[in-house]
Amino acid sequence: MTMEKRSFDTLIVGAGGGGLRAALQLSQADARVAVVSKVFPTRSHTVAAQGGVNAALANVSPDNWHWHMFDTVKGSDYLGDQDAIEYMCRAAPRAVYELEHFGVPFSRLDSGKIYQRAFGGQSRNFGGEQAVRTCAAADRTGHAILHSLYQQNIRARTHFFDEYFAVDLVQNQQGYFLGAVAMDIASGEPILIEAKTTILATGGVGQLFRTNTNALVNTGDGMAMALRAGIPLQDMEFFQFHPTGIAGKGMLITEGARGEGGYLLNGDGERFMERYAPNARDLASRDVVSRAIATEVREGRGVGPNGDHVLLKLDHLGSDIVKKRLPGIRDMVMTFLHIDPAETPIPVYPTAHYTMGGIPTNRHGQVVVPVQQGAEEPVPGLYAVGECACVSVHGANRLGGNSLLDILVFGRAAANHVIRHLKEQRYHQPLPEDASEPAMQRLARWNREGKGESIAGLRIALAKTMEEHCGVFRNQDVLREGQEKVLALRERLAEAYIDDHSQVFNTARIEAMELENLVDTALATVSSALAREESRGAHSRIDFPERDDQHWLKHSLFSLEDLKMDYKPVRIKPLTVESFPPKKRTY
Amino acid sequence: MSERTRLRWKCRRGMLELDLLFGDFLDSGYEHLDAGERQSFDHLLDYPDAVLLEWLMGRIQPTDKDVVQLVDKIRSAASD
Repeated sequence: MTMEKRSFDTLIVGAGGGGLRAALQLSQADARVAVVSKVFPTRSHTVAAQGGVNAALANVSPDNWHWHMFDTVKGSDYLGDQDAIEYMCRAAPRAVYELEHFGVPFSRLDSGKIYQRAFGGQSRNFGGEQAVRTCAAADRTGHAILHSLYQQNIRARTHFFDEYFAVDLVQNQQGYFLGAVAMDIASGEPILIEAKTTILATGGVGQLFRTNTNALVNTGDGMAMALRAGIPLQDMEFFQFHPTGIAGKGMLITEGARGEGGYLLNGDGERFMERYAPNARDLASRDVVSRAIATEVREGRGVGPNGDHVLLKLDHLGSDIVKKRLPGIRDMVMTFLHIDPAETPIPVYPTAHYTMGGIPTNRHGQVVVPVQQGAEEPVPGLYAVGECACVSVHGANRLGGNSLLDILVFGRAAANHVIRHLKEQRYHQPLPEDASEPAMQRLARWNREGKGESIAGLRIALAKTMEEHCGVFRNQDVLREGQEKVLALRERLAEAYIDDHSQVFNTARIEAMELENLVDTALATVSSALAREESRGAHSRIDFPERDDQHWLKHSLFSLEDLKMDYKPVRIKPLTVESFPPKKRTY
Repeated sequence: MSERTRLRWKCRRGMLELDLLFGDFLDSGYEHLDAGERQSFDHLLDYPDAVLLEWLMGRIQPTDKDVVQLVDKIRSAASD
């Protein structure tokens, strides 16, 4: 079978903020850039980021990048790499001013300067008073960034492959990455996109969990492509959960609802947070509230026919307060549940929000892997940026406002490194004839005829398994059983078939390949969580409740081959300043 | 079949809220639309996510008269 082939300097997989920031930098430097996106670019998940971008502009409160760096290191529970964090926090103001230049309509202060709002975890003077650091364009910052970057890319003549699904990376025998095979979803035709450098920017994998805040597109495609290419995934056990998502749907109900006086009830009508946190009760920290809800459900005190959620009660606040102070939540609950939260409690359950782990990179966005017993080395030709990468600036826990910053700073940094590389790499490396064979086999596998379980059913089973066995309630027994269940699901998927073998818009085939990606990232997540015997940041183990710096101040690396766990040290040394040594994390 | 799957892919959005609303509607409401309304639905999906969210959450009335009724239908088709 002959396949269409196109050649570019750089292939970028994913058209969210990270991919588009990198693409723009490259196109402006006259590199030939292709962006592959499985949905139309402005429908990428960056559009959902409402909060804003952290940068120490000091427009509202005194601030500087070094305080921002301290907050990020502390927020990461000291698992973040301090060289990358210093780099990001120093680069933040410039990243924001560039956005302004690209046309992002930031909200303004009376002085005319960019509006900034306060978020949790932001301090002055290394843990002092609240800082005000998050730059916002109303509550649509992500939308504004994505649309501006897309327009700029069109102007800079970036080539877009819209509605193309990336199947697998292509490499030669020396391990040099040479592009990817993608499929045109509209026609079903595969295409080989040859490139001197490839940047993965495919976002996170929130769809691993039954209850999550992520768009359906977030299936960890780039992470799974890396795993299949023999690259380990880093720190996958760290997944950020929010305690109150709408049960069975996932949308986030902000802490503000409890801040206004809302509280949680179990199936017995009991205000159970009094047992878990007698003082703070419903306003205890996120992980405490999340685990309390999961425990109530596990122990049979849930609400509903399946006893699988609890209730968030707001009706006692009175209709006026709910309408005035929580209008967004009221709109959402009325739209999706057809109930008014001013009259009826909301069913809630912890919801998965952000993937801290991902494809290991250095601060230039180069994918790095350990080489035998020695230090890690860059993988030639391959980069990763944004939520699919682990650079690692978020460590064990991401701060609000740092994810948009991450994609902007490292999208740009990766592109700059690629530009330098392209100057030395004038020509494409020879592409082995069979280079696209693994990808083609993966495509062909779903054309097989037969009867098996449905993809939709397996996907639900996987999400339920991950929620029950690798969610906010983790101990050795629960995780071990989870790992076995994911492995069993992986075998069942290998025996599954799809009925639809048509070419044009065959979404069944895409969904099957997305599920393959989910299963492999699930395995990385549950295996890493089982191995890490401590509680740090978002990873909290009932059986190991304390942080253990002596044994676990290190990054996890999970490889698909033999499900092997490996570890590497955290980069404690920043670029120019003194390092922040681990301390107990209190707020 | 391919028309429905084309639309199903167009219903893949950047926000979970829109994924759920459009997905439910495609499964339960779309088949009851007449040809003109089906065209309007396709046209509605061309709007940016942030605009669609405001309309579908009932925060703002659509400026596009063509889609006002359709937005109401999608809102009422949201499954509990």
